[in-house]
Amino acid sequence: MVGYIVRRTLWAIPTLIFVSFIAFVIIQLPPGDYVTSYAAQLRHGGEYLTEVQEAALREQFGLNDPVLVQYLRWITNIVFRGDFGHSLEWNAPVSSLIWDRLGLTLAISTLSMVFTWIIAIPIGVYAATRQYSFFDYIFTIFGFLGKGIPDFLLALVLMWLGFTWLNMDVGGLLSPRYQSAPWTIDKVLNLLSHLWVPVVVLATGGAAGLLRVMRANMLDELGKPYVETAYAQGLSERQVVWGYPVRVALNPFISTVGWALPALFSGDVITAVVLNLPTTGPLLLQALKMQDMYLAGSFILILSVFTIVGTLVSDVLLAWSDPRIRYS
Amino acid sequence: MTIDTTPMPPERLLELDDVHVHFSMREGLVKAVNGVSYHVDRGEVLGIVGESGSGKSVTARAIMRLLAKNAIQASGHIRFRPEQGKEVEISSLPRDGRKMRELRGGHIGMIFQEPMTALSPVHSIGTQIMRTVMLHKRVGKEAARARAIELLEKVQLPKPSEMVDRYPHQLSGGMRQRAMIALALSCDPALLIADEPTTALDVTTEAQILELLKSLQEEMGMAIVFITHNFGVVADIADRVAVMYLGRIVETGSVDDIFYQPKHPYTRALLQSIPRLGQAPVHRLKTIPGMVPDPFNAPRGCSFHPRCAYSVAGRCDVYAPDVKRFPDDQSARCHLAGELPEEVVL
Repeated sequence: MVGYIVRRTLWAIPTLIFVSFIAFVIIQLPPGDYVTSYAAQLRHGGEYLTEVQEAALREQFGLNDPVLVQYLRWITNIVFRGDFGHSLEWNAPVSSLIWDRLGLTLAISTLSMVFTWIIAIPIGVYAATRQYSFFDYIFTIFGFLGKGIPDFLLALVLMWLGFTWLNMDVGGLLSPRYQSAPWTIDKVLNLLSHLWVPVVVLATGGAAGLLRVMRANMLDELGKPYVETAYAQGLSERQVVWGYPVRVALNPFISTVGWALPALFSGDVITAVVLNLPTTGPLLLQALKMQDMYLAGSFILILSVFTIVGTLVSDVLLAWSDPRIRYS
Repeated sequence: MTIDTTPMPPERLLELDDVHVHFSMREGLVKAVNGVSYHVDRGEVLGIVGESGSGKSVTARAIMRLLAKNAIQASGHIRFRPEQGKEVEISSLPRDGRKMRELRGGHIGMIFQEPMTALSPVHSIGTQIMRTVMLHKRVGKEAARARAIELLEKVQLPKPSEMVDRYPHQLSGGMRQRAMIALALSCDPALLIADEPTTALDVTTEAQILELLKSLQEEMGMAIVFITHNFGVVADIADRVAVMYLGRIVETGSVDDIFYQPKHPYTRALLQSIPRLGQAPVHRLKTIPGMVPDPFNAPRGCSFHPRCAYSVAGRCDVYAPDVKRFPDDQSARCHLAGELPEEVVL
């Protein structure tokens, strides 16, 4: 087991280097660079940048160096100094921009993921053990509805309901008066009163899909002979179902839990934009639109690193939970 | 528990009386088990033989109350006496009730056909045995683990103290079936139901498993209901044999009687379809004509009459035969039982 973990970890390193380079190249791919779009923005506002000024800016930002040199400068700063570079668009260090939003992003994403699992797994197990029962059909209907309704639409509907019926101020995570206030009980309560909308929206979509998968996995497992063996040992239905087939049915989830890590970070971009959430998702969207290369590159890099680390985590978890996976 | 039928003789362990099991399916009602009666005495091995779909396994699951949810246990009594003076009518117990769960695993062990899939793939052999031991014997983890190792040694698995932490996928088919037997015997059951335990194994392993079951039976003294479609296996292990056809027992008797004086044409036909050593090489094996009838419309009269070589028109296809009794506790459900022409010994 230890050898397996070490081997998997070592394999992750070349992947990480490769992915970071790809991330950087992708940022370089679109025609034009930051200075081009900066100039365009200024022109839009009625100002004007001369050729000389543009060239000077390019020199200043090091945009004329070869790609490899720019990449090395970028990656060494990240690895050794935690410096992700300077966001040209926001005129601030990339790391501070991301850090500001990371806490709330992780809070919302983790909460909604926990809710997703809490809702989906018991319902999936129930629906499978009582297949074709009245409640199975009810949950099936809700499953398809939840999966079918786009998240942003549900977000809009909930916001409208909250505004017209519950008389709440919706959108964002804090009311304006708490925006820059220090953290107090009131501010936390205010945060919670806003937090339920994104959590419900994200958990509904996730749970709807997950419960269908859980139901299908469980139906596969419930018919297997080892379940009958467990019953023949004198275990009660609850002990059998939760002790044996659920254990096996969860393995496909464990193997995908790693993907939750990058998803936690990027969040659901559209929902976040609609709800005006100060999370990392909208920031990423803005960075890509503005060709803010250091910000966007950092995002893509962090997402890829999370993907690789997440896959590593789920591989290790799966090896721990399913003995058939373990290398010996 | 009030039992209105006659009390069981003292040596009785299990008695099935006119058990019916039906399944309600979309296509209609399937009468899988249609009035089965048999009994098992303490320490006895009863072999149940029959083709696929004859209701052997369904009857066994009726004893364990582990039938699928669309099963209807229509009528009949199943009585079980785990200890002297403690008689239980299984057929009247609630399926998931505490009493039934005590019997399962505690007093009745069961082993299955597919050793490959009958053990949980994500738990070690030891864990699975320990759960059963801890459930029924109310002992701690340490004691249960010691018991698991002892059991694995009993079923002659090599290095039991290492085997206890192995997972099923690390074991061969024969080893898994041994582990399965250890699991079924973990709480010293009075009855072991073996549902085709050697069908999925190769013949060498099959012989070893049968040898193991025989020696364990001698050592621990439990009774065994051994379900198989293989007469050779029955001859090897059973004291008495019950032959099933289409949800009914058509003949019962001691192994010798069944093999040397079969009274039912079906038993006779089955025996003739087995190749024997020393048999004339030119001779073609006899087969039973036709197929097992569709359970949705079982034939009128004797359910075997369309395939029977001795069938009498106007009698066998009209009236269902009663059980005819013969000396030595042999009985056959056939109009012609005892009157069949002597067959030339092959």
